[in-house]
Amino acid sequence: MNTLEITGIASRPVPRLLAGLSYYRPADLAEHYRCYGPLPQLLVGNGRNRSAVGRRFIDAVDASGLTGRGGAGFPTGRKLRSVADGPRRGGRVVVANGAEGEPASSKDRLLLTRLPHLVLDGIVLAARAVGADEAYLCVHDHETELMSWLDAAVAERDDPLPIQVTGIPGRYVASEQSSIVQHLNGGPAKPTFAPPRPHERGVRGLPTLVNNVETLAHLALIARYGARWFRSAGLPTAPGSTLVTVSGAVYRPGVYEIELGTPIGQVVAHAGGPAERLQAMLVGGYFGAWLPVAAALPLPMTHAALKAAGGALGAGMVIALPASSCLLAETARVVRYLADESAGQCGPCVFGLPALADALADLAFYGGRGRLLGQLGTLVPLVERRGACRHPDGVTQLIRSALRAAGADSRHHDEIGPCRGVLREPLLPIPGDNA
Amino acid sequence: MRGGNGIRLRVNPIACTAHGMCAELLPELIGLDPWGYPLVPDGPVPSHLAEHARRAAAACPTLALLIEDSIAGRRSGGRHAG
Repeated sequence: MNTLEITGIASRPVPRLLAGLSYYRPADLAEHYRCYGPLPQLLVGNGRNRSAVGRRFIDAVDASGLTGRGGAGFPTGRKLRSVADGPRRGGRVVVANGAEGEPASSKDRLLLTRLPHLVLDGIVLAARAVGADEAYLCVHDHETELMSWLDAAVAERDDPLPIQVTGIPGRYVASEQSSIVQHLNGGPAKPTFAPPRPHERGVRGLPTLVNNVETLAHLALIARYGARWFRSAGLPTAPGSTLVTVSGAVYRPGVYEIELGTPIGQVVAHAGGPAERLQAMLVGGYFGAWLPVAAALPLPMTHAALKAAGGALGAGMVIALPASSCLLAETARVVRYLADESAGQCGPCVFGLPALADALADLAFYGGRGRLLGQLGTLVPLVERRGACRHPDGVTQLIRSALRAAGADSRHHDEIGPCRGVLREPLLPIPGDNA
Repeated sequence: MRGGNGIRLRVNPIACTAHGMCAELLPELIGLDPWGYPLVPDGPVPSHLAEHARRAAAACPTLALLIEDSIAGRRSGGRHAG
């Protein structure tokens, strides 16, 4: 496999956000400034022309080409502008989403536990850009130690606005942006029907910016080093660096910072290479897609390339599945988990996901008696695009890709019976499992 | 005002509790899935069915069936209940 090289992409990880990662504890403010330098005073000071400065910063974010790192990949400059253009009366709100819902992702947790000031810088900058005077930093409410570290980090600083560290329930759909907003408004942490979207009517009805914590951390670097510097990594169409979480059958699983556009094979190499013969890669997490290993390795890590391959970059998870595992059994366990994680609000999700989970589990563990592949094919369109949020769509994309990637093995399961891989220990992490 | 030009149907899936009234009143466009929830077409509502569509939206017990102007993308008819 020597077709992995894409011109201009480094063959090593690129520490930008992670440049300050050197202690097994949160970096304090002095260490933070020593590594990244101070924030430009013009941007964070209390000068008179604050809103003009904010506008110019949005222009710089536009020019950088930064896109959201929470999964959807929406252009960050446009999102900032949509909030900045909202009604001014009553103020605006910034919400930093650090409630990493994806079981296979740990990049947001790494940023928050080790480099909290990068995220806090980003919150201050985003607030300046959109004209907000209050901010929330949301993490899972069971992470009490993390919350006290973050409170300490906020207390170290002298920020121009209050930043409140807030816990939200640790469920999968609770970290969807409308869930967070509804939770901050005193309601349940469940998705709401759109419109209105948070930038129109969010926390207390005010225009609200909800950004992933990694996205905000990138703002901290763009403010210091500029849009051109940001674009000097990655591809012209997908600029910058991004954090990825690599796990599964690799020698050194973990979080790596790569240039966007790095081929998946190169990402696997960063993580020490395959620890076994591989069968497929799950890229983009549980709302991503399975790709057969030969197709996956040369693919560049960009939203466009992965979408074209029927998948998603998501929040940058890459999981290597060994040849001796059963892809369908792995998927069936995850689909059961995702069905249980439904917010329980929309009929097609409440009834459709368990039906899908049952059919897939039967196919994986008992065999399909020649009819379950067909049954899955009927169920998938009955669920797709019929929820208030993208939860059911994520599940169907995962199932479609699993049946495609398993190829002949799905037919074996349907017509003959389970393969030997079902006996292997589960690989994909499911919260609450003791595995 | 009553013209059917360019209206679309949309379901608020959180509000919908599968009464099935819409499928009774507008069987030309709306079917039900195996669990009783409406399957609503994506495209515009043909103008000769616009009046029926508005009546179905108004009759929904949870006001979950919405009529949207396909140009403005704005909601009218049934309100968002919940």
